[in-house]
Amino acid sequence: MPLDIKSGTIELAHGSGGRAMSQLIDQLFLPAFNNKYLNQKNDQALVTIPGQRIVIATDSHVVSPLFFPGGDIGSLSVHGTINDVVMSGAKPLFLTAGFILEEGFPLAELQRIVLSMAEAAKNCQTPIVTGDTKVVEKGHGDGVYINTTGIGVVSNGLSLSPTNIQAGDKILISGTIGDHGTTILASRQNMNFCSDLVSDSQALHDLVSVMVEAVPNIRCMRDPTRGGLGATLNELSQSAKVGMMLDETAIPVKETVTAITELLGLDPMYMANEGKLVCICPPQHSKSLLAVMRSHLKGREAAIIGEVIEDEHQFVLLKTGFGGKRIIDWRYSDPLPRIC
Amino acid sequence: MCLAIPVRVEQLLENDQALVDLSGVKTTISLALVDNVEVGDFVILHVGYALNKLDPVEAEETLKLFAEDNQR
Amino acid sequence: MKYVNEFRDGKKAEQLAKLIATEAKPEREYRLMEFCGGHTHTIFRYGIDDLLPSNIKMLHGPGCPVCVLPMKRIDAAIELALSPNNILCSYGDMLRIPGRARMSLQKAKSKGADVRMIYSPAEVITIAENEPDKKIIFFAVGFETTTPPTAVVLDQAIKSGLKNLFVFCNHVLTPPAITGILEPAKQKNITLLDGLIGPGHVSVVTGTLPYEKLANTYQTPITITGFEPLDILQSIYMLIKQINAGTCRVENQYTRAVNIQGNTKAQALMSKYFELRDSFEWRGLGEMPYSAIKIKSKYAHLDAEKHFTLVERTGTDNKACECPAVLTGQKSPTACKLFNNPCTPENPLGSCMVSSEGACAAYYTYRRNIKIKNVDSTNNQLRSANKHAS
Repeated sequence: MPLDIKSGTIELAHGSGGRAMSQLIDQLFLPAFNNKYLNQKNDQALVTIPGQRIVIATDSHVVSPLFFPGGDIGSLSVHGTINDVVMSGAKPLFLTAGFILEEGFPLAELQRIVLSMAEAAKNCQTPIVTGDTKVVEKGHGDGVYINTTGIGVVSNGLSLSPTNIQAGDKILISGTIGDHGTTILASRQNMNFCSDLVSDSQALHDLVSVMVEAVPNIRCMRDPTRGGLGATLNELSQSAKVGMMLDETAIPVKETVTAITELLGLDPMYMANEGKLVCICPPQHSKSLLAVMRSHLKGREAAIIGEVIEDEHQFVLLKTGFGGKRIIDWRYSDPLPRIC
Repeated sequence: MCLAIPVRVEQLLENDQALVDLSGVKTTISLALVDNVEVGDFVILHVGYALNKLDPVEAEETLKLFAEDNQR
Repeated sequence: MKYVNEFRDGKKAEQLAKLIATEAKPEREYRLMEFCGGHTHTIFRYGIDDLLPSNIKMLHGPGCPVCVLPMKRIDAAIELALSPNNILCSYGDMLRIPGRARMSLQKAKSKGADVRMIYSPAEVITIAENEPDKKIIFFAVGFETTTPPTAVVLDQAIKSGLKNLFVFCNHVLTPPAITGILEPAKQKNITLLDGLIGPGHVSVVTGTLPYEKLANTYQTPITITGFEPLDILQSIYMLIKQINAGTCRVENQYTRAVNIQGNTKAQALMSKYFELRDSFEWRGLGEMPYSAIKIKSKYAHLDAEKHFTLVERTGTDNKACECPAVLTGQKSPTACKLFNNPCTPENPLGSCMVSSEGACAAYYTYRRNIKIKNVDSTNNQLRSANKHAS
C-alpha cells in the first residue's frame, strides 16, 4: 500500500520493525539514498576499502528549528559529519544515518529532510550505505533527531594533529564566522529579525582536498561548530599546550552577523559555524595556502587571523582594532542574549 | 540595561510600531515611548522599544570634536 | 552600522589616547569609575585601559542590575517558575544567575518549570494572550533604561484587559546607587574617585538633571557617556581636564542621544505605574533607602508580589567575598581571595561574578593578569599577508 507522504504522519508502528517500518524505508528512505549497498537492505553494509588509514566520525543532530535559511537538519547532518571526517585530511567514502522520529511527525516534512540529505550526500560523492529508524512517543522528541557516522581514508603522506602545532605557526580561517549560529538564533520563533543571512552549512571535502595537496604538512584543521571559533581555538591551544594571538581586524564577519549579535549582546566568536574550517599552518607556507584557499569557492573569504605563540597559560588572546588586548575565553556553555 | 543601539526607521506601522533597519537586518519595534518619529529618523533601540531619537546634528558634532581634539 | 562604526575608529582612538596622555599630569593619579556595566564591557572588549597612561586607574562600579539583585529575589523568581500553572518570562541575563543551593532559572527549567527567555517585554503580552489558562509572570529587572518598557507592558495589559499577566518588579534607580558608592567614602573623608563616567542609556530616559546634585554634593565631575569606545575615551579626556581644573560639573558627552530633561513621555509612564520603595536590598551594597521602585497599589492586580505569596528566604554570600569592596571601587577583582579560585563565571560566589557585566566577570573573561609580549609586528605582517593574497 503506498505511503501517504503528502499528509501522513509518523506512527509508533513505523519504528516497530514490522511491515510499517519496511514500508517507510522502501518508500521514503531507499528511493532518496539509493545505492547498491543500501538497496541490499542488510543491517550493515559490506564495503571494500583499499589498505589505508581509516577515519571514522559520528555526530548527532538535534537542531531547532528543523528548517532554517540555508539548510535543514538533513543537510546539516551530512555536512557536519563529512566535515568531521575531512578535517583529518581524509577523503570521505561512506555515511550511515540513524533517525529518531517523533510520533505524529508529518511524512511530507520527513521526506523534505531526507531528500535534502540525499542531495548533500550526492554533492560530496558519499553514499549513505546503512541506517536505522526508531520512533518515540509524541512529546518525547523534537520531531526528528539524526545521527550520522562517516568513514574516510587518509593518504599516507598526511598526519594532521593538534600535537603538531608549534609557536610561529599561522592560524587561518576559511571564511566569515558566526553565520550558522546567528541564523539559527534569528529564526527562533520569538525573534523578529529579518535579513538575508543564511546558514553556511556546506561540506568542505573539496576545499580540504586542494589544501592538503598544496601544503601536505598542514599541522591541523578543525571545523568550529558549537561554541564557535572561540571554543575551537581554545581546544586546540589546550591540546597543543600553546597560546594564540589573534588580530581582530583580520577576522572576517558578515555585516548582518555583526548587526544581529550587536542587537542581542552576543559575540560572533562564540557563534556556531557549519561550513568553515580553522587551519594551523607552518609559517613559510601560509601565504601560498591562503592563495589556494581563496581561489576555491568555499574559501574565497579566507584570511590569516593570527599566530601561535608560546604561552604557559595557553590563552587565546585577541589584539583589538584599538591596539588593546583581551582574552578569548573558553566559555562553559552557550552564550545567551542579554539586555545589559 | 545598557545594551541599546541606533537603528534607522524604515516604515511606520499601526499600533505605535515601526519597521527598523540595522545594516540590512530588519525588525519591528515599539514607538510607544517616543513621539514624532518619521521614516529616515534614527532611534535608540533597547529591548524592542525606541527610547529616544538620535540627533544626527549632535552625532556629527561629536565626531567633529574627536577630529578637533586630535588636532591640538 | 551607522552612528556606531564611526565611534569605533581605531585611528581616532589612538589619537584620543595620545591626547589623554598629554593632558594627564604624570605626578598624580586619577581614579575614574565607570558606573555602568555596559561601559565596563566596552572598556574590556576594546582593551581601552591598555591605551591609558598608568596613572589613570579605572574602577568598576555597580551599574549592573543583574549583579545587584539580592539572592532572595532570584529565589522568589525560581519559586514562581516552579509552580505548575505559571510561565516565568525572563531576559537572558537572569537565567544562569545562581540563587540558594546553586539553583537557577535555567536549572528550574530542566526540572520542568516553564521558563521562557524573552528578548523584549512585548513578548510577554503575546504569551499571556496565547496562554489564557496560565499565569504569566514577567521578571522585570533593570535600571531606568529598562523600566519604561515594563511600564508599556503594564499599560498594554490594562488596555487589553489581560487577567493573567503579572509583573515581578525589581527595577532599581541609578542616582541612589551612585550615592551608595560615594556617601560612605564622604563620611570617612576619603576621596574614592576623582571622576565618574556616568550612565549613558539611563540618562536617555532620566536626562542629565539628576546628576547635577550628585556632582555638587560629592564634588566629583561626571560625564554622561555613550557606549562606543571613542565615547569613553573622549569622556575620560573630559574628566581629566575637569580634574586638572578643579571643577565638578556634569558634562554631556552623549549629546546625540541625551538631553537635560530626558524622555518625558517615558518618565510620565513610569510615574503612572511605579512608586518608590522605602528601602531595597542591593547584593553587595546592603539596604539602600529609596533606591528601587514598586508597582502602585492601584495596579495591585498586576503586581506579582501582591498576587503571589513569596516566601522571604535569606541567602547569604560567602564570607570571603569582596563584592562590596569591588562594587564600590575600593578593591580590584584580583584582590579578592576567591577570584578564579573557586569563583569564576561558571561557578560564581558573589554578585560581581554572576553577570557577564560584573566587574569580576569582565575581568576574568577579558583579562586575568595576562602578560603579553609586544606582538605589534606580528599583526602588521598578518595584515599585509591578507592584503597580498586578495
